[in-house]
Amino acid sequence: MSFKEISAQLNAIGQCRKYGLSIWQCPQFLFLLMGLIIIVSALAIYAIGLRYVEEPEMVALIVLIISAILMAIAMIITRSFERLAEANRLKSEFVSVVSHQLRSPLSNLKWATELLMSGKITKVSEKQSEYFKILKENNDRMQNLISDLLTVSRIEQGRLPLQKKEISLLDLVKEIIKGLDVFAKASNVEVVFQPKDSLPKVLADPSQARLVIENILDNAIRYTKEKGKVEVTLTKKGKNLYFEVKDKGVGIPQEEQKYIFQKFFRSENVLRHQTEGSGLGLYIAKSIIEKSGGKIGFRSQENVGSTFWFSLPIK
Amino acid sequence: MKKILFVEDESALQKTFGDIISQKGYEMVSALDGEIGLRLAKSEKPDLVLLDLILPKLNGFEVLKRLKEDQETKDIPVIVLTNLEGIGDIEKAIELGATTYLVKANYTLEELMGKIKKALGE
Repeated sequence: MSFKEISAQLNAIGQCRKYGLSIWQCPQFLFLLMGLIIIVSALAIYAIGLRYVEEPEMVALIVLIISAILMAIAMIITRSFERLAEANRLKSEFVSVVSHQLRSPLSNLKWATELLMSGKITKVSEKQSEYFKILKENNDRMQNLISDLLTVSRIEQGRLPLQKKEISLLDLVKEIIKGLDVFAKASNVEVVFQPKDSLPKVLADPSQARLVIENILDNAIRYTKEKGKVEVTLTKKGKNLYFEVKDKGVGIPQEEQKYIFQKFFRSENVLRHQTEGSGLGLYIAKSIIEKSGGKIGFRSQENVGSTFWFSLPIK
Repeated sequence: MKKILFVEDESALQKTFGDIISQKGYEMVSALDGEIGLRLAKSEKPDLVLLDLILPKLNGFEVLKRLKEDQETKDIPVIVLTNLEGIGDIEKAIELGATTYLVKANYTLEELMGKIKKALGE
Protein backbone atom coordinates (compact mmCIF):
# COMPACT_ATOMS: atom_id res chain seq x y z
CA MET A 1 0.00 0.00 0.00
CA SER A 2 1.49 3.37 -0.99
CA PHE A 3 1.63 6.42 1.26
CA LYS A 4 -1.05 8.05 -0.89
CA GLU A 5 -3.39 5.11 -0.39
CA ILE A 6 -2.80 5.07 3.37
CA SER A 7 -3.50 8.78 3.68
CA ALA A 8 -6.65 8.33 1.57
CA GLN A 9 -7.79 5.56 3.93
CA LEU A 10 -7.19 7.85 6.93
CA ASN A 11 -9.27 10.61 5.41
CA ALA A 12 -12.42 9.17 6.94
CA ILE A 13 -14.69 12.08 6.06
CA GLY A 14 -13.60 11.92 2.40
CA GLN A 15 -14.29 8.16 2.37
CA CYS A 16 -17.75 8.67 3.91
CA ARG A 17 -18.61 11.27 1.31
CA LYS A 18 -17.53 8.85 -1.43
CA TYR A 19 -20.07 6.29 -0.21
CA GLY A 20 -22.78 8.93 0.27
CA LEU A 21 -23.06 8.29 4.02
CA SER A 22 -23.48 10.77 6.88
CA ILE A 23 -20.49 10.61 9.26
CA TRP A 24 -22.55 9.06 12.08
CA GLN A 25 -23.45 6.14 9.82
CA CYS A 26 -20.02 5.74 8.32
CA PRO A 27 -17.87 2.87 9.71
CA GLN A 28 -14.58 4.56 8.78
CA PHE A 29 -15.35 7.67 10.79
CA LEU A 30 -16.78 5.71 13.71
CA PHE A 31 -13.70 3.47 13.86
CA LEU A 32 -11.46 6.51 13.89
CA LEU A 33 -13.54 8.04 16.66
CA MET A 34 -13.41 4.85 18.70
CA GLY A 35 -9.65 4.66 18.26
CA LEU A 36 -9.27 8.22 19.50
CA ILE A 37 -11.48 7.56 22.51
CA ILE A 38 -9.47 4.46 23.39
CA ILE A 39 -6.18 6.40 23.22
CA VAL A 40 -7.51 9.38 25.20
CA SER A 41 -9.19 7.19 27.79
CA ALA A 42 -6.11 5.02 28.26
CA LEU A 43 -4.10 8.17 29.00
CA ALA A 44 -6.84 9.55 31.24
CA ILE A 45 -7.09 6.32 33.22
CA TYR A 46 -3.35 6.35 33.67
CA ALA A 47 -3.47 9.94 34.98
CA ILE A 48 -6.47 9.27 37.22
CA GLY A 49 -4.93 6.04 38.45
CA LEU A 50 -1.81 7.94 39.56
CA ARG A 51 -3.90 10.52 41.36
CA TYR A 52 -6.45 8.25 42.99
CA VAL A 53 -4.14 5.38 43.65
CA GLU A 54 -5.69 4.98 47.09
CA GLU A 55 -9.25 4.77 45.73
CA PRO A 56 -9.43 1.78 43.39
CA GLU A 57 -13.28 1.97 43.37
CA MET A 58 -13.08 5.37 41.71
CA VAL A 59 -10.71 4.05 39.00
CA ALA A 60 -12.90 1.00 38.40
CA LEU A 61 -15.97 3.21 38.03
CA ILE A 62 -14.29 5.42 35.47
CA VAL A 63 -13.04 2.39 33.50
CA LEU A 64 -16.59 1.03 33.58
CA ILE A 65 -18.07 4.26 32.24
CA ILE A 66 -15.52 4.47 29.44
CA SER A 67 -16.09 0.82 28.53
CA ALA A 68 -19.82 1.50 28.33
CA ILE A 69 -19.21 4.42 25.95
CA LEU A 70 -16.94 2.26 23.77
CA MET A 71 -19.53 -0.50 23.68
CA ALA A 72 -22.20 1.96 22.58
CA ILE A 73 -19.98 3.18 19.73
CA ALA A 74 -19.18 -0.41 18.73
CA MET A 75 -22.89 -1.11 18.55
CA ILE A 76 -23.48 1.91 16.33
CA ILE A 77 -20.66 0.68 14.05
CA THR A 78 -22.17 -2.80 13.84
CA ARG A 79 -25.53 -1.26 13.02
CA SER A 80 -24.00 0.86 10.26
CA PHE A 81 -22.38 -2.27 8.79
CA GLU A 82 -25.76 -3.94 8.83
CA ARG A 83 -27.23 -0.98 6.97
CA LEU A 84 -24.49 -1.20 4.36
CA ALA A 85 -25.07 -4.93 3.92
CA GLU A 86 -28.80 -4.33 3.63
CA ALA A 87 -28.25 -1.58 1.04
CA ASN A 88 -26.07 -4.00 -0.91
CA ARG A 89 -28.72 -6.71 -0.78
CA LEU A 90 -31.41 -4.26 -1.93
CA LYS A 91 -29.19 -3.19 -4.81
CA SER A 92 -28.74 -6.78 -5.96
CA GLU A 93 -32.46 -7.36 -5.67
CA PHE A 94 -33.16 -4.18 -7.63
CA VAL A 95 -30.80 -5.28 -10.42
CA SER A 96 -32.48 -8.67 -10.48
CA VAL A 97 -36.02 -7.25 -10.66
CA VAL A 98 -35.16 -4.68 -13.33
CA SER A 99 -33.32 -7.28 -15.41
CA HIS A 100 -36.28 -9.64 -15.27
CA GLN A 101 -38.63 -6.84 -16.22
CA LEU A 102 -36.45 -5.94 -19.20
CA ARG A 103 -36.34 -9.49 -20.47
CA SER A 104 -39.94 -9.70 -21.66
CA PRO A 105 -39.93 -6.58 -23.85
CA LEU A 106 -36.54 -7.59 -25.24
CA SER A 107 -37.85 -11.04 -26.19
CA ASN A 108 -40.84 -9.42 -27.88
CA LEU A 109 -38.55 -7.10 -29.77
CA LYS A 110 -36.25 -9.94 -30.80
CA TRP A 111 -38.98 -12.16 -32.15
CA ALA A 112 -40.82 -9.34 -33.90
CA THR A 113 -37.55 -8.33 -35.59
CA GLU A 114 -36.83 -11.93 -36.60
CA LEU A 115 -40.30 -12.23 -38.06
CA LEU A 116 -39.80 -9.05 -40.10
CA MET A 117 -36.34 -10.18 -41.23
CA SER A 118 -37.66 -13.54 -42.38
CA GLY A 119 -39.60 -11.77 -45.14
CA LYS A 120 -42.69 -13.79 -44.29
CA ILE A 121 -44.77 -10.76 -43.35
CA THR A 122 -43.72 -8.50 -46.18
CA LYS A 123 -40.98 -8.44 -48.76
CA VAL A 124 -37.78 -6.98 -47.35
CA SER A 125 -35.56 -4.69 -49.39
CA GLU A 126 -31.78 -4.80 -49.01
CA LYS A 127 -31.72 -1.48 -47.20
CA GLN A 128 -34.44 -2.59 -44.78
CA SER A 129 -32.59 -5.82 -44.19
CA GLU A 130 -29.48 -3.88 -43.16
CA TYR A 131 -31.45 -1.93 -40.59
CA PHE A 132 -33.19 -5.03 -39.28
CA LYS A 133 -29.76 -6.51 -38.78
CA ILE A 134 -28.73 -3.49 -36.71
CA LEU A 135 -31.89 -3.87 -34.62
CA LYS A 136 -31.22 -7.55 -34.07
CA GLU A 137 -27.56 -7.10 -33.17
CA ASN A 138 -28.32 -4.38 -30.65
CA ASN A 139 -31.13 -6.41 -29.20
CA ASP A 140 -28.73 -9.33 -28.76
CA ARG A 141 -26.27 -7.05 -27.01
CA MET A 142 -28.91 -5.88 -24.57
CA GLN A 143 -30.03 -9.44 -23.92
CA ASN A 144 -26.46 -10.52 -23.22
CA LEU A 145 -25.96 -7.63 -20.83
CA ILE A 146 -29.19 -8.46 -18.99
CA SER A 147 -28.18 -12.07 -18.77
CA ASP A 148 -24.76 -11.07 -17.33
CA LEU A 149 -26.42 -8.73 -14.82
CA LEU A 150 -28.75 -11.51 -13.70
CA THR A 151 -25.80 -13.87 -13.27
CA VAL A 152 -23.97 -11.23 -11.22
CA SER A 153 -26.95 -10.62 -8.97
CA ARG A 154 -27.29 -14.38 -8.47
CA ILE A 155 -23.60 -14.62 -7.55
CA GLU A 156 -23.98 -11.76 -5.07
CA GLN A 157 -27.05 -13.28 -3.48
CA GLY A 158 -25.32 -16.67 -3.30
CA ARG A 159 -27.96 -18.16 -5.58
CA LEU A 160 -25.87 -19.10 -8.60
CA PRO A 161 -27.02 -22.60 -9.50
CA LEU A 162 -24.18 -25.04 -9.99
CA GLN A 163 -25.41 -28.41 -11.13
CA LYS A 164 -22.16 -30.33 -11.21
CA LYS A 165 -21.91 -33.23 -13.61
CA GLU A 166 -19.13 -35.25 -15.14
CA ILE A 167 -18.35 -33.41 -18.36
CA SER A 168 -15.79 -33.68 -21.10
CA LEU A 169 -14.05 -30.32 -21.16
CA LEU A 170 -12.36 -31.42 -24.38
CA ASP A 171 -15.65 -31.80 -26.24
CA LEU A 172 -16.98 -28.59 -24.75
CA VAL A 173 -13.91 -26.60 -25.85
CA LYS A 174 -14.09 -28.04 -29.39
CA GLU A 175 -17.78 -27.19 -29.61
CA ILE A 176 -17.27 -23.61 -28.39
CA ILE A 177 -14.38 -22.98 -30.80
CA LYS A 178 -16.61 -24.19 -33.62
CA GLY A 179 -19.40 -21.88 -32.47
CA LEU A 180 -17.04 -18.88 -32.41
CA ASP A 181 -15.72 -19.64 -35.88
CA VAL A 182 -17.73 -16.94 -37.66
CA PHE A 183 -16.76 -14.29 -35.11
CA ALA A 184 -13.07 -15.30 -35.31
CA LYS A 185 -13.04 -15.22 -39.12
CA ALA A 186 -14.76 -11.84 -39.15
CA SER A 187 -12.11 -10.57 -36.72
CA ASN A 188 -9.31 -12.01 -38.88
CA VAL A 189 -8.18 -14.26 -36.05
CA GLU A 190 -7.20 -17.89 -36.32
CA VAL A 191 -8.03 -20.02 -33.28
CA VAL A 192 -5.49 -22.83 -32.99
CA PHE A 193 -6.34 -25.85 -30.88
CA GLN A 194 -4.51 -29.15 -31.12
CA PRO A 195 -6.45 -31.36 -28.78
CA LYS A 196 -5.03 -34.36 -27.04
CA ASP A 197 -6.71 -37.62 -27.99
CA SER A 198 -8.36 -38.19 -24.69
CA LEU A 199 -8.49 -36.40 -21.39
CA PRO A 200 -10.27 -37.30 -18.16
CA LYS A 201 -13.61 -35.72 -17.37
CA VAL A 202 -14.10 -32.90 -14.87
CA LEU A 203 -16.87 -32.23 -12.40
CA ALA A 204 -18.56 -28.96 -13.34
CA ASP A 205 -21.84 -27.36 -14.36
CA PRO A 206 -21.82 -27.60 -18.19
CA SER A 207 -23.67 -24.36 -18.89
CA GLN A 208 -21.54 -22.38 -16.42
CA ALA A 209 -18.30 -23.92 -17.71
CA ARG A 210 -19.42 -22.95 -21.21
CA LEU A 211 -19.94 -19.37 -20.06
CA VAL A 212 -16.38 -19.19 -18.69
CA ILE A 213 -14.71 -20.66 -21.78
CA GLU A 214 -16.76 -18.52 -24.14
CA ASN A 215 -15.86 -15.42 -22.17
CA ILE A 216 -12.13 -16.08 -22.17
CA LEU A 217 -12.06 -17.03 -25.85
CA ASP A 218 -14.28 -14.14 -26.88
CA ASN A 219 -11.95 -11.70 -25.08
CA ALA A 220 -8.86 -13.19 -26.74
CA ILE A 221 -10.39 -12.83 -30.21
CA ARG A 222 -11.91 -9.43 -29.49
CA TYR A 223 -8.69 -7.88 -28.20
CA THR A 224 -6.46 -9.18 -30.97
CA LYS A 225 -6.41 -6.00 -32.96
CA GLU A 226 -4.88 -7.10 -36.24
CA LYS A 227 -4.65 -10.36 -38.12
CA GLY A 228 -3.50 -12.84 -35.54
CA LYS A 229 -3.53 -16.15 -33.79
CA VAL A 230 -5.15 -17.32 -30.57
CA GLU A 231 -3.68 -20.51 -29.13
CA VAL A 232 -5.80 -22.78 -26.98
CA THR A 233 -4.40 -25.64 -24.93
CA LEU A 234 -6.05 -28.15 -22.66
CA THR A 235 -3.80 -30.43 -20.63
CA LYS A 236 -3.79 -32.61 -17.53
CA LYS A 237 -1.76 -31.20 -14.66
CA GLY A 238 -1.80 -33.34 -11.54
CA LYS A 239 -5.35 -33.70 -10.32
CA ASN A 240 -6.64 -30.92 -12.55
CA LEU A 241 -7.39 -30.13 -16.16
CA TYR A 242 -5.67 -26.96 -17.19
CA PHE A 243 -7.19 -24.73 -19.87
CA GLU A 244 -5.17 -21.89 -21.38
CA VAL A 245 -5.82 -19.24 -24.03
CA LYS A 246 -2.89 -17.23 -25.34
CA ASP A 247 -3.34 -14.16 -27.50
CA LYS A 248 -1.07 -11.52 -28.99
CA GLY A 249 -3.59 -8.79 -28.42
CA VAL A 250 -3.59 -5.37 -26.75
CA GLY A 251 -2.65 -6.79 -23.31
CA ILE A 252 -3.45 -5.29 -19.93
CA PRO A 253 -1.39 -2.38 -18.53
CA GLN A 254 0.61 -3.41 -15.45
CA GLU A 255 -1.08 -0.95 -13.07
CA GLU A 256 -4.54 -2.16 -14.02
CA GLN A 257 -3.93 -5.89 -13.71
CA LYS A 258 -5.05 -6.07 -10.09
CA TYR A 259 -8.53 -4.87 -11.04
CA ILE A 260 -9.10 -7.28 -13.90
CA PHE A 261 -11.49 -9.64 -12.07
CA GLN A 262 -13.49 -6.80 -10.55
CA LYS A 263 -17.03 -6.19 -11.62
CA PHE A 264 -17.57 -3.54 -14.34
CA PHE A 265 -13.83 -3.01 -14.69
CA ARG A 266 -12.62 -2.23 -18.19
CA SER A 267 -9.03 -1.48 -18.95
CA GLU A 268 -8.10 2.01 -20.21
CA ASN A 269 -6.41 0.76 -23.39
CA VAL A 270 -9.45 -1.35 -24.23
CA LEU A 271 -11.79 1.59 -23.78
CA ARG A 272 -9.69 3.52 -26.28
CA HIS A 273 -10.11 0.78 -28.87
CA GLN A 274 -13.67 -0.24 -28.44
CA THR A 275 -16.63 0.57 -26.25
CA GLU A 276 -18.60 -2.65 -26.43
CA GLY A 277 -18.49 -4.89 -23.35
CA SER A 278 -19.81 -4.68 -19.83
CA GLY A 279 -16.76 -5.62 -17.78
CA LEU A 280 -18.70 -8.45 -16.16
CA GLY A 281 -17.35 -11.49 -18.03
CA LEU A 282 -14.18 -12.11 -16.02
CA TYR A 283 -15.89 -11.38 -12.70
CA ILE A 284 -18.47 -14.04 -13.57
CA ALA A 285 -15.76 -16.42 -14.79
CA LYS A 286 -13.80 -16.11 -11.55
CA SER A 287 -16.87 -16.68 -9.39
CA ILE A 288 -17.88 -19.78 -11.36
CA ILE A 289 -14.40 -21.34 -11.40
CA GLU A 290 -13.81 -20.73 -7.70
CA LYS A 291 -17.23 -22.10 -6.80
CA SER A 292 -16.43 -25.18 -8.88
CA GLY A 293 -13.27 -25.80 -6.85
CA GLY A 294 -10.86 -24.54 -9.51
CA LYS A 295 -8.43 -21.68 -9.95
CA ILE A 296 -8.23 -18.88 -12.53
CA GLY A 297 -5.48 -16.46 -13.43
CA PHE A 298 -3.59 -14.64 -16.18
CA ARG A 299 -0.28 -13.23 -17.35
CA SER A 300 -0.26 -10.13 -19.49
CA GLN A 301 1.89 -7.40 -20.94
CA GLU A 302 0.54 -4.33 -22.68
CA ASN A 303 0.95 -4.42 -26.48
CA VAL A 304 2.38 -7.96 -26.28
CA GLY A 305 -0.60 -10.08 -25.31
CA SER A 306 -2.38 -11.96 -22.58
CA THR A 307 -2.63 -15.56 -21.43
CA PHE A 308 -5.68 -16.49 -19.41
CA TRP A 309 -5.97 -19.88 -17.74
CA PHE A 310 -8.14 -21.84 -15.38
CA SER A 311 -8.01 -25.28 -13.82
CA LEU A 312 -10.84 -27.56 -12.80
CA PRO A 313 -10.56 -30.68 -10.65
CA ILE A 314 -10.70 -34.01 -12.44
CA LYS A 315 -13.62 -36.22 -11.45
CA MET B 1 -55.15 -28.18 -39.05
CA LYS B 2 -53.53 -28.51 -35.64
CA LYS B 3 -54.56 -26.12 -32.93
CA ILE B 4 -52.21 -24.36 -30.49
CA LEU B 5 -53.41 -22.57 -27.37
CA PHE B 6 -51.10 -19.73 -26.35
CA VAL B 7 -51.58 -18.56 -22.76
CA GLU B 8 -49.59 -15.32 -22.48
CA ASP B 9 -50.52 -11.93 -21.02
CA GLU B 10 -48.32 -9.90 -23.36
CA SER B 11 -50.42 -8.94 -26.33
CA ALA B 12 -47.33 -8.01 -28.39
CA LEU B 13 -46.11 -11.59 -28.11
CA GLN B 14 -49.57 -12.93 -28.93
CA LYS B 15 -49.48 -10.93 -32.14
CA THR B 16 -45.99 -12.03 -33.23
CA PHE B 17 -46.70 -15.63 -32.40
CA GLY B 18 -50.13 -15.57 -33.98
CA ASP B 19 -48.57 -14.45 -37.26
CA ILE B 20 -45.77 -17.01 -37.35
CA ILE B 21 -47.95 -19.87 -36.15
CA SER B 22 -50.62 -19.24 -38.74
CA GLN B 23 -47.90 -19.00 -41.38
CA LYS B 24 -46.63 -22.41 -40.41
CA GLY B 25 -50.12 -23.73 -41.01
CA TYR B 26 -51.44 -24.03 -37.46
CA GLU B 27 -54.48 -22.48 -35.87
CA MET B 28 -53.80 -20.34 -32.84
CA VAL B 29 -56.16 -19.69 -29.94
CA SER B 30 -55.01 -17.05 -27.49
CA ALA B 31 -55.68 -16.47 -23.82
CA LEU B 32 -54.46 -13.40 -21.95
CA ASP B 33 -54.79 -14.83 -18.45
CA GLY B 34 -54.68 -18.15 -16.63
CA GLU B 35 -58.42 -18.52 -16.10
CA ILE B 36 -59.29 -18.00 -19.76
CA GLY B 37 -56.41 -20.32 -20.66
CA LEU B 38 -57.84 -23.13 -18.55
CA ARG B 39 -61.35 -22.59 -19.91
CA LEU B 40 -60.16 -22.56 -23.53
CA ALA B 41 -58.06 -25.69 -22.99
CA LYS B 42 -61.27 -27.53 -22.12
CA SER B 43 -63.57 -26.03 -24.75
CA GLU B 44 -61.15 -25.81 -27.69
CA LYS B 45 -59.27 -29.08 -27.16
CA PRO B 46 -55.95 -27.81 -28.54
CA ASP B 47 -53.18 -30.17 -29.71
CA LEU B 48 -50.60 -28.18 -27.74
CA VAL B 49 -50.56 -25.55 -25.01
CA LEU B 50 -47.85 -22.88 -24.89
CA LEU B 51 -47.91 -21.58 -21.35
CA ASP B 52 -46.33 -18.54 -19.71
CA LEU B 53 -45.81 -18.75 -15.93
CA ILE B 54 -46.37 -15.20 -14.73
CA LEU B 55 -50.03 -14.67 -15.57
CA PRO B 56 -52.87 -12.62 -14.15
CA LYS B 57 -55.72 -14.31 -12.20
CA LEU B 58 -54.25 -17.81 -12.21
CA ASN B 59 -50.50 -18.32 -12.47
CA GLY B 60 -48.96 -20.74 -14.94
CA PHE B 61 -48.03 -23.39 -12.35
CA GLU B 62 -51.65 -23.54 -11.19
CA VAL B 63 -52.92 -23.73 -14.78
CA LEU B 64 -50.47 -26.55 -15.49
CA LYS B 65 -51.50 -28.43 -12.34
CA ARG B 66 -55.19 -28.21 -13.15
CA LEU B 67 -54.66 -29.16 -16.79
CA LYS B 68 -52.83 -32.30 -15.71
CA GLU B 69 -55.42 -33.17 -13.05
CA ASP B 70 -58.32 -33.00 -15.48
CA GLN B 71 -59.05 -36.19 -17.43
CA GLU B 72 -60.12 -34.16 -20.48
CA THR B 73 -56.92 -32.14 -20.74
CA LYS B 74 -54.21 -34.24 -19.07
CA ASP B 75 -52.84 -35.64 -22.32
CA ILE B 76 -52.35 -32.32 -24.08
CA PRO B 77 -48.60 -31.57 -24.25
CA VAL B 78 -47.64 -28.31 -22.51
CA ILE B 79 -44.60 -26.23 -23.41
CA VAL B 80 -43.74 -23.74 -20.70
CA LEU B 81 -42.45 -20.54 -22.30
CA THR B 82 -41.25 -18.05 -19.72
CA ASN B 83 -38.51 -15.73 -18.54
CA LEU B 84 -38.22 -17.41 -15.15
CA GLU B 85 -35.14 -19.57 -15.12
CA GLY B 86 -34.59 -20.60 -11.53
CA ILE B 87 -33.74 -24.28 -11.10
CA GLY B 88 -36.67 -24.52 -8.67
CA ASP B 89 -39.13 -23.18 -11.28
CA ILE B 90 -37.88 -25.60 -13.93
CA GLU B 91 -38.06 -28.60 -11.60
CA LYS B 92 -41.53 -27.63 -10.40
CA ALA B 93 -42.92 -27.26 -13.93
CA ILE B 94 -41.46 -30.58 -15.09
CA GLU B 95 -42.77 -32.28 -11.96
CA LEU B 96 -46.23 -30.89 -12.66
CA GLY B 97 -46.12 -32.47 -16.11
CA ALA B 98 -44.74 -29.89 -18.57
CA THR B 99 -43.32 -31.52 -21.74
CA THR B 100 -40.62 -28.90 -22.25
CA TYR B 101 -39.43 -25.82 -20.38
CA LEU B 102 -38.12 -22.96 -22.53
CA VAL B 103 -36.63 -19.65 -21.42
CA LYS B 104 -37.79 -16.99 -23.87
CA ALA B 105 -34.50 -15.11 -23.99
CA ASN B 106 -32.57 -18.21 -25.10
CA TYR B 107 -34.45 -19.07 -28.30
CA THR B 108 -34.92 -17.61 -31.73
CA LEU B 109 -38.33 -17.82 -33.37
CA GLU B 110 -37.17 -20.61 -35.68
CA GLU B 111 -35.75 -22.66 -32.80
CA LEU B 112 -39.04 -22.25 -30.98
CA MET B 113 -41.01 -23.45 -33.98
CA GLY B 114 -38.73 -26.50 -34.05
CA LYS B 115 -39.61 -27.26 -30.40
CA ILE B 116 -43.31 -26.81 -31.14
CA LYS B 117 -43.14 -29.21 -34.08
CA LYS B 118 -41.34 -31.76 -31.95
CA ALA B 119 -43.92 -31.50 -29.17
CA LEU B 120 -46.67 -32.00 -31.76
CA GLY B 121 -44.87 -35.14 -32.91
CA GLU B 122 -44.13 -33.84 -36.40
